[in-house]
Amino acid sequence: MRQPSRRTVLQGVAASGAVAALGAPPAIGQAQSRVVVIGGGFAGASCARALKQEDHNLAVTLVEPQTLYTACPFSNEVIAGLREIEAQQFTYDGVRRDGIEVVHQAATGVDHAARRVRLADGAEIEYARLVVAPGVDLRFDAIPGYSETAVEAMPHAWKAGGQTVLLRRQLAEMADGGTVVISSPPNPFRCPPGPYERASLIAHYLKLSKPKSKLIILDAKDQFSKQRLFQAAWQELYPGLIEWVSLSMGGRVTEVDPSTKTLITEFGNHEADVANVIPPQRAGAIAAMAGVADQTGWCPIDPVTFESKLQPGIHVIGDAAIGGAMPKSAFTANAQAKVCAAAVISLLRDRKPAEPKLINTCYSLVAPDYGISIAGVYRPKDGLLAEVEGAGGTSPLSAPASVRAAEAVYADSWFRTITGEVFA
Amino acid sequence: MTARALINAPKTARKGDIIEIRAMIAHKMETGYRQGPNGQMIPRDIINRFVCTYGGAEIFSADLFPAVSANPFIAFSTVATESGTITFAWTGDDGQTQTATAEIAVN
Repeated sequence: MRQPSRRTVLQGVAASGAVAALGAPPAIGQAQSRVVVIGGGFAGASCARALKQEDHNLAVTLVEPQTLYTACPFSNEVIAGLREIEAQQFTYDGVRRDGIEVVHQAATGVDHAARRVRLADGAEIEYARLVVAPGVDLRFDAIPGYSETAVEAMPHAWKAGGQTVLLRRQLAEMADGGTVVISSPPNPFRCPPGPYERASLIAHYLKLSKPKSKLIILDAKDQFSKQRLFQAAWQELYPGLIEWVSLSMGGRVTEVDPSTKTLITEFGNHEADVANVIPPQRAGAIAAMAGVADQTGWCPIDPVTFESKLQPGIHVIGDAAIGGAMPKSAFTANAQAKVCAAAVISLLRDRKPAEPKLINTCYSLVAPDYGISIAGVYRPKDGLLAEVEGAGGTSPLSAPASVRAAEAVYADSWFRTITGEVFA
Repeated sequence: MTARALINAPKTARKGDIIEIRAMIAHKMETGYRQGPNGQMIPRDIINRFVCTYGGAEIFSADLFPAVSANPFIAFSTVATESGTITFAWTGDDGQTQTATAEIAVN
């Protein structure tokens, strides 16, 4: 005979409409409800901390296989030799100090009926609500020839860590006069200005250390984030060094050959000395296992609560979520995490979650002392997150060097602030 | 019409080989069904005809319609018969034609 699940018991109690009047229901055998957060990046770690801050009595478990987190923002500086990888790395000690249980295990599945998360070691954690924040997975199937082994010859460096250091080493070992080729993916993907910031900072390195070299961006798009600002800055700082080949110029990479570091497009081959292949992406694998990813590979969400449109009781935040105009950034992840935490607590208390407004800001460095930014404000509209017209904007197209230098300082301050808030 | 065209055909082939030919032209393919910011309809402006000849003889042609996406990309196969010129021609709603050529050596 099947045991009644905790969920059905809870629903029964809730249906009586008198949970508080009845007092703590001892029959359930749970002293408190627990929220489980899968993924300890900017989204997940922010959400766990925000949950605990809003309600110190709430039990919060953060499930994250790695003990050391390597942040992506500013990792392009590591690639260009401007910063060490250690400056990108954070432990979960601060998260743990908040009273959050941090479990360094991979989540391997979700039992919706029993409301349990399965872990790689076989353990299970029961949840009242689940937050899934797995970031992105790279789609190795999307580019023939690319694979999990090809990343040694042609690094993606799109998840910070060993790949970041590998790309930096390959650039350092390249002879002067070499060709660097970056393959940029179609939308949507993590960090829309990222490939172009990377191209800029690699160009900065080449200009100083290997001035006879060149850099080609093969792009699966005809437009990109902060395009006019980037292109104006390239003209100014790195004339003739960066060549951008757009989709309509035949820039889409259709195949790669890691043995010769060749990137193949419909209209020609590019042999690289250093090849950085940023493949198309989808939500991290646990999203599909939890049943919250749709056929696009991303996770549709309610823009007010970030609850999955596919699985009630499960929320998705950060890069894995999709549902409107918000770009996939650390700033976005952190903003969504706070909105989601407030909504989860409201829902646990049977209250109506408040309509949120969310902000995103993305800084990019074109050179160490040359920053540009884009900002946007978003709110729920017709079931999606829509950009609020007239709010936000980008850096001015023409500005004195002092403005660019100030934005580079703001970028650095932002990174210290957000990593302090999320991990310290 | 001054759009940029890209073509890809093998420079050499053996007689009787099946070869792949690819052609793409940068064009917005405006359908005529969209409104501009002022509420006015944006007039239709598409490439409506593509013709490829090999040694002067037509080997492939296509009529294009508003449902075809921007930057139309066409790929097809043919048999390498003789050395010569492969000519590509795209004709737009404005009546102008853009051409591109590729030489192939067949032995």
